[in-house]
Amino acid sequence: MIKVRREVCCYCGACISVCPEGALELIDAYLSVENETCKMCNICVRVCPLGALEASDEE
Amino acid sequence: MKSEYDVLIVGGGPGGALAAKAASENGLSVCIIEKRPAIGAPVRCAEGIGEDLISEFFDELDPKWISTKIEGAKLISPDNSCFYLSPEMAGNEVGYVLDRKFFDRDLIWQAVEAGAECYVKARAVDAIVENGAIKGAIVEYAGETREIRASITIAADGVESKFSRYCGIDTTVPLRELETCAQYLMTDIDIEEGITVFYVGREVAPEGYLWIFPKGKRTANVGIGISGTQSKNGHRAKDYLDKYIKEHFPEGKTIELIAGGVSACEPLECTVADGLIIVGDAARVSDPITGGGIYNAMYTGRLAGQIASKCIKSGDFSKDKLMEYDKTWRSSKMGKALERNYQIKEVFVKLNDKQLNSILNSVSNLVMKEFSTLTLIREIVKLNPKLLKELTSLKKYFE
Ligand SMILES: Cc1cc2nc3c(=O)[nH]c(=O)nc-3n(C[C@H](O)[C@H](O)[C@H](O)COP(=O)(O)OP(=O)(O)OC[C@H]3O[C@@H](n4cnc5c(N)ncnc54)[C@H](O)[C@@H]3O)c2cc1C
Ligand code: SF4
Ligand code: SF4
Repeated sequence: MIKVRREVCCYCGACISVCPEGALELIDAYLSVENETCKMCNICVRVCPLGALEASDEE
Repeated sequence: MKSEYDVLIVGGGPGGALAAKAASENGLSVCIIEKRPAIGAPVRCAEGIGEDLISEFFDELDPKWISTKIEGAKLISPDNSCFYLSPEMAGNEVGYVLDRKFFDRDLIWQAVEAGAECYVKARAVDAIVENGAIKGAIVEYAGETREIRASITIAADGVESKFSRYCGIDTTVPLRELETCAQYLMTDIDIEEGITVFYVGREVAPEGYLWIFPKGKRTANVGIGISGTQSKNGHRAKDYLDKYIKEHFPEGKTIELIAGGVSACEPLECTVADGLIIVGDAARVSDPITGGGIYNAMYTGRLAGQIASKCIKSGDFSKDKLMEYDKTWRSSKMGKALERNYQIKEVFVKLNDKQLNSILNSVSNLVMKEFSTLTLIREIVKLNPKLLKELTSLKKYFE
């Protein structure tokens, strides 16, 4: 699953625009990942300008 | 907050504000919803805009909107040679670095003065769709989820746009066409006031550029955008920016960090649907070369407000009727510039540093009577016919 490092994310939304599944959303200044929708393509991890996203092996 | 309006606008950026103002001035009931607690903050922008562009919307500019007037620019090639665009040459390309915290707020203020209602901390979480037509949004506001119905809904929700997706339109930006950006607001740095600086090259900003936009004495937005495909662990936008700052402004102080995405892709294939108009970054209309999108958002926003008014007065909000919006912006100067600049960008992102050096060196002694991005590119093409043979297919844009 995709993990958000909250202390690094500055809620810019860049990752949201590239997620092909629409699995990311900013809710009340918090980036949420819908794990059921996410296909683990890692595009969002790649695009984050700050390195706030991580792909983790956890289910 | 009422449960029904003529026009519902999702997003309180420049696109949403101008749409709201135009629709309110035409006597419609208008509601703007903005999910953030404050309009204009945090700023996700380098805040640059051309004088001719902003002047299209205002007879007079409020001094508090402007951080600095820009009178010239420097373009630095990978081998550190410099193309200097002096104030005398800058001609119609002078501009401003805005203070968007004030600017965006005042745009909404003007819309509210014209009669629109605005709610902050109000987030669209879904679209109301009936028989294929958009009839408003489901909105979370003040701890409640409610339906806000509208004859026409305007999606002005920026680069992170989800509203059009709720309506069934795919707005995904391809990875290679998203410029991933990081920027510091820095102070105590040696800069030339009134001169913007752009660095290009694979080392400094692969498939993008690094910018310095002065905000005042010894203060500037220093930022970078690189292509999504070039971004990887240890080589993200912020890493490139930190490297540059360490070398050039080691003593500088950072007072703000922002990040963001800018789409450098073609606009959405269609920017209307039954009961829906999409504007600004949500429609992917930022400039593919410069990443500039303030003007484009304001232009499409205002147009959307005007066409919405026309359609509501005629009682027809079908896609066919709203197509006037799509057709008008595509055939406008802005629409044509987007089409042309996309093709040019596709050629320029492929150039390596050697080619970039040779191109910038070829124009370094050029004196142009009147400067614009287009005249510069025209000169580049003229001086580098072999290097830019792909551009010959774009000849039609330069004639
Ligand atoms: C780093 C960076 C530098 C830039 N530099 C420049 C520059 O120098 N010059 C220039 O012209 N352009 C620049 N741009 C681009 C410019 O900032 C945008 O093109 C412009 O802000 C687009 O305006 P907009 O109204 O379409 O969207 P935005 O200004 O992004 O506004 C969209 C609004 O919608 C809100 N929203 C989103 N989803 C919802 C929802 N579900 N419900 C309610 N509200 C919602 C958001 O919170 C936001 O306030 C830059 C962008 C970045 C990231
Ligand atoms: S990994 Fe892919 S599908 Fe999952 S949230 Fe990121 S971009 Fe979306
Ligand atoms: S791109 Fe990075 S900083 Fe921006 S919202 Fe996504 S995780 Fe946060």
